[in-house]
Amino acid sequence: MNATITWATARRVLTQLRHDPRTVALMMLVPSLLMLLLRYMFNSEQAFSQAAPALLGVFPFLIMFLITSITTLRERTTATLERLMTMPLGKLDLLFGYAIAFGVLATLQVALAAGISVAWLGLDVEGSMWLLLLIAVLDALLGMALGLFVSAFARTEFQAIQFMPIFVLPQALLCGLFVPRDQMGSVLDWLSNFMPLSYAVEALNQVTSSAEVDGTLVRDLIIVGGCAIVALMLGAATLRRRTP
Amino acid sequence: MTNYSAVVVEGLRVRRGGPEVVQDVSFAVPTRTVTGLLGPSGCGKTTLMRAIVGVQIVAGGKVTVLGRPAGHPKLRDKIGYATQNPATYGDLTVRESLRYFASVLGAPASDVDRVISEVGLEPEAKQLVGRLSGGQHSRASLAVALLGSPELLVLDEPTVGLDPVLRDELWELFWRLADSGVTLLVSTHVMDEAARCERLLLMREGRLLADDTPAALRTQSGSEDLEQAFLHLIRTSEVVA
Ligand SMILES: Nc1ncnc2c1ncn2[C@@H]1O[C@H](COP(=O)(O)OP(=O)(O)O)[C@@H](O)[C@H]1O
Ligand SMILES: [Mg+2]
Repeated sequence: MNATITWATARRVLTQLRHDPRTVALMMLVPSLLMLLLRYMFNSEQAFSQAAPALLGVFPFLIMFLITSITTLRERTTATLERLMTMPLGKLDLLFGYAIAFGVLATLQVALAAGISVAWLGLDVEGSMWLLLLIAVLDALLGMALGLFVSAFARTEFQAIQFMPIFVLPQALLCGLFVPRDQMGSVLDWLSNFMPLSYAVEALNQVTSSAEVDGTLVRDLIIVGGCAIVALMLGAATLRRRTP
Repeated sequence: MTNYSAVVVEGLRVRRGGPEVVQDVSFAVPTRTVTGLLGPSGCGKTTLMRAIVGVQIVAGGKVTVLGRPAGHPKLRDKIGYATQNPATYGDLTVRESLRYFASVLGAPASDVDRVISEVGLEPEAKQLVGRLSGGQHSRASLAVALLGSPELLVLDEPTVGLDPVLRDELWELFWRLADSGVTLLVSTHVMDEAARCERLLLMREGRLLADDTPAALRTQSGSEDLEQAFLHLIRTSEVVA
């Protein structure tokens, strides 16, 4: 690990995004607009308040998954990765550089969506707003790490997008957003235990409904963070210095 | 011999997707020279260069670069490699992209302006790489290889699509670099560029047909024209085979 290279990579990724203001605007605004849409779809502050925490987990997860799988795929297919691999850059320098840059974006994205939900849409957060942000950012990093991992199995951007229904949709459906997990069929409930997004959503629900930081919350945080690290390591293993 | 060779390749074999695309190739690249790697498209030039910079999985043989096995971590800031397809970030400006690669290499920030002027891209320094013409894009990619103080430059068809004046300027740059102590391996399929190399490696269908000076190759075939010399070589090699 080399802090200078990691930081240079983060700055490079953020500079690339700066040249693409439309993507940044979409990333920032879409989650907030969807929250607004849902608020009036439920047409009840109470129903919205119940669904909102889970959504704050699902959006950054989904968006980071997509953005990362496409950016890293692009890096793999345009030979910039091959060039970097001949240079004194560690795989983790590259990955953490991406994580810092996308982490910054995810934080802003979630802060905006959560801020708007609390200020105007009637979401009550009993616990700490910081903790809520932390969970959502961990969740975004998890999406990022998974996106990076699957980009190794796609050859085109078209294929990369097709991985979303496989890796993201089942987690979004089973995480408790649509139906509480304990009310689902027992097989699905059991399966949802193996999906990290379930724990992120559980933690977000807990933070919004109570100010207490209990064992379950800590465990959820560890699981989400741990899964993000495992996915990042798997992602690192897919970056090869030598290729066929 | 090793002391005077920046690159030593011994019995190299590479398989790509089944067939052997580099077959039992051996040669040495003397230091402080410009060595040309010639051969028709698809003969294995890029694959050979990838093996030298250490990003190619090889099936057999040995590649030694600056006294270490190819791909050794200590070589990573000593080799400048310009891939055949330009490898830079299209959504950064020329300068931003070079600044990033300079930080990765630990090269001084002043290198960015130096290499921009070496490849003649000053007017385009603030343009997005993705908006450059093909030749400008490949020069932006070549510039990355010149960052820092590489001892070996591996340049894969660096002058394709350039106008003759620029091509001439780049070859003068290559020679200046060689005079200052850098070893260059440059692939090309243009004959008049071959004539400007100190040594030539000729490849065909994954095999090395010749490894000699342009003058020796001309004498051997009794023809002043390098193109004719190569045709002669190819014919004699086919008779032997
Ligand atoms: N990624 C790859 N997978 C499989 N075969 C490849 C790949 N890249 C190149 N080849 C094959 O390897 C051979 C040599 O290619 P290459 O080294 O690119 O030649 P050159 O650079 O001389 O044009 C060609 O037959 C080409 O089809
Ligand atoms: Mg080639």
